[in-house]
Amino acid sequence: MSYRVKRSEFDDILSKLQEDYKIYAPTRKKDKGTFSDTDLVLYDRVSSLEEIDFNSKTKYSPKEVVFPITQTLFYFNGDEYIEAEDKGEKVLVFLRPCEVNAFKRLDKIFLENGPQEDIYYKRLREKVKFVVMECTEGFDSCFCVSMGTNETEDYSIFIKVSDEEVFCEIKDEKLTEVFADQESTDYTPEFIQENKQQVEVPALEDITTDLFDSEIWKEYSKRCIGCGRCNTVCPTCSCWTMQDISYQDNENIGERRRVWAGCHIDGYTEMAGGHDFRTTYGDRMRFKTLHKIYDFRKRFDIDMCVGCGRCEDVCPQYISFVGAIKKLNQAIKEEKNNG
Amino acid sequence: MSLNVKEFKKNAYRITKDRGVTALRVRVPGGHLEAKYLTILQEIAETYGDGNLHITTRQGFEITGIPMTMVEEVNKKVAPLIEGMEAGIGVDIGNPEDGYPAAGTRNVSACIGNKVCRYAKYNTTKLAQRIEKNIFPNDYHVKIAVSGCQNDCIKAHMQDFGVLGMDLPVYDAYRCISCGACVKNCQKRATGALEFKNYKVVRDEDKCIGCGECIAKCPTNAWTRDASKKYYKLLIMGRTGKRNPRLAMPFLEWVTEDAIIDIINKTYDYVDEYIDRSLPKEHVGYIVDRTGFQVFKDYVLDGVELNPECRVAEHIDWPGYKTNVSNNFKKVGK
Ligand code: HEM
Ligand code: SF4
Ligand code: SF4
Ligand code: SF4
Ligand code: SF4
Ligand code: SF4
Repeated sequence: MSYRVKRSEFDDILSKLQEDYKIYAPTRKKDKGTFSDTDLVLYDRVSSLEEIDFNSKTKYSPKEVVFPITQTLFYFNGDEYIEAEDKGEKVLVFLRPCEVNAFKRLDKIFLENGPQEDIYYKRLREKVKFVVMECTEGFDSCFCVSMGTNETEDYSIFIKVSDEEVFCEIKDEKLTEVFADQESTDYTPEFIQENKQQVEVPALEDITTDLFDSEIWKEYSKRCIGCGRCNTVCPTCSCWTMQDISYQDNENIGERRRVWAGCHIDGYTEMAGGHDFRTTYGDRMRFKTLHKIYDFRKRFDIDMCVGCGRCEDVCPQYISFVGAIKKLNQAIKEEKNNG
Repeated sequence: MSLNVKEFKKNAYRITKDRGVTALRVRVPGGHLEAKYLTILQEIAETYGDGNLHITTRQGFEITGIPMTMVEEVNKKVAPLIEGMEAGIGVDIGNPEDGYPAAGTRNVSACIGNKVCRYAKYNTTKLAQRIEKNIFPNDYHVKIAVSGCQNDCIKAHMQDFGVLGMDLPVYDAYRCISCGACVKNCQKRATGALEFKNYKVVRDEDKCIGCGECIAKCPTNAWTRDASKKYYKLLIMGRTGKRNPRLAMPFLEWVTEDAIIDIINKTYDYVDEYIDRSLPKEHVGYIVDRTGFQVFKDYVLDGVELNPECRVAEHIDWPGYKTNVSNNFKKVGK
């Protein structure tokens, strides 16, 4: 069922929704960007239409909603422990199609990777509903069409905003009530069909261990500075590390947290005794690239990367992920010609 | 040839080594100008001057080789430039066709600032123009330059007043992933104000110089700048010259723009009160040498509203050297 809502009336709908849901959406924090007098666009709680930035790509993805940057798992006191409380609030997230597809990747890692579901993820994830924002233009660095993540059917509401009106398709019956007074219309969601960037991801069988030592990675040892921005902005990077925090005077009392980690950042592969097996940035670039477009697909049949282009947007060294995939394709071609 | 040299110099013309030949100093507040003005400069240089332009150290232009007899005509030609770059930013210049109304207070220079530079904390051109509007025209000798950050690319440390941009870092522990980038960088390139406690970062407020490097390095924006206001460091009384070249020293840290403007304005009253009128001119730094820093400080801070974050120097010991102490040197001879 689709509705047409006057912009001026949309805030009423949001307030009604807020009786049951916390609402997250792309929002602009004035002057909070890395550089002075620049804004930071990220996902945060909103309560009105005006606060939602429909026209910018957020720097960080919405993954924080289900995978917080710092998350306390439990508190310990000697042999006892208390699990951190689950606030149990339901959530509506305004997001783009590629980002819904990114949640699917997170689900694979946290819920389907191994025998145990990750309960800390699950209890947040279960409460999330999607409001997909129509995205037919994309941005310069997007390549979702190449990754097959430009479309999604998984949403409660699909929304398109124009100067005067908001068009909404409601799939979730529990939410239709809120729209009951609105004029119905025949709005059908549209998806982007062509990005400015395209790339063909290599076939699984074409990626062989010979590529491990390919010259293409060496370039990144010189270019990458290991800052980790590509990991932190990525909607599908799901690595974390554990941190046990204890009282200074009594280390048996404290809490365990999990915190995001990233494979480009120093320390990621460091083991007890100090051995570190991916010290060069080229090795890290190879690992990330293959995780995004090879390992994950081998395990789950879909690529991890959803082509949002954020890693390219933030890289201070102008390293493009599409560029890396293209280099890999070239290396495969050369490997085939030589072999 | 008869010429009122003092008036002539005030009009921003120079008495050169060639009798009857002068050079015009063109001010460019903040060192930033629309490219269209270059055509005017070119035309003046080619029609009246010797076809050359000199780029001055204070980011102005000097049009050389102008016959003194041509000055009135040159003033008319340069009028659109004075109107655009001075009157246009609110400077009271009188009739622009009369040329520059004063030359004592020098052009306010500025680094490129945050129009372009990733380190800069503010729009340096705008601040330079705001200062220009407050202090020009004026005959007292005061030199001012503003840098976007503490790298100080404009060398504000060589000025009577040097303004440097500062950041007040704000930390969101939730966003921090303990990557160590800020801690390592502050240790190596700034002041070592950061350390880890329980995997999160603690900032030593006394050590922190507000360079904002931590904000620039953070991959999660756990560090952001306090955007409620802009913060600056105000350096005072640096100079070159024959007697005692020295770097300017910090007077105020984490001070606001409004306070800086008030202080600079008050400095002109201070100069007016304490200047040695027996000299043809006296540079503000030497006046402060005579009255002492405390007198200067009390005078210029009187009635100025300082923000609570601001830190004020208790006393200042300028470094530099005295040129009349030369017993360190031994003549090579034959
Ligand atoms: C050849 C020797 C070793 C290898 C190859 C090795 C490898 C690894 C690897 C790959 C991990 C997983 C790291 C992660 O997922 O973050 C790990 C975790 C761990 N290793 Fe080792 N390890 C070695 C020796 C040791 C030794 C000698 C100790 C203790 C004396 C040790 C204690 C641990 C512990 C406690 C963990 C869990 C850390 C955590 O959960 O964060 N390891 N090791
Ligand atoms: S484009 Fe980059 S940031 Fe986006 S999903 Fe792919 S790897 Fe992650
Ligand atoms: S790319 Fe790196 S940080 Fe991201 S999920 Fe894969 S291993 Fe983790
Ligand atoms: S953002 Fe760029 S420089 Fe930073 S770790 Fe990633 S690839 Fe390397
Ligand atoms: S502002 Fe500069 S000195 Fe202060 S903590 Fe950050 S990096 Fe260190
Ligand atoms: S750079 Fe940012 S994420 Fe890294 S340790 Fe510092 S505050 Fe934490």
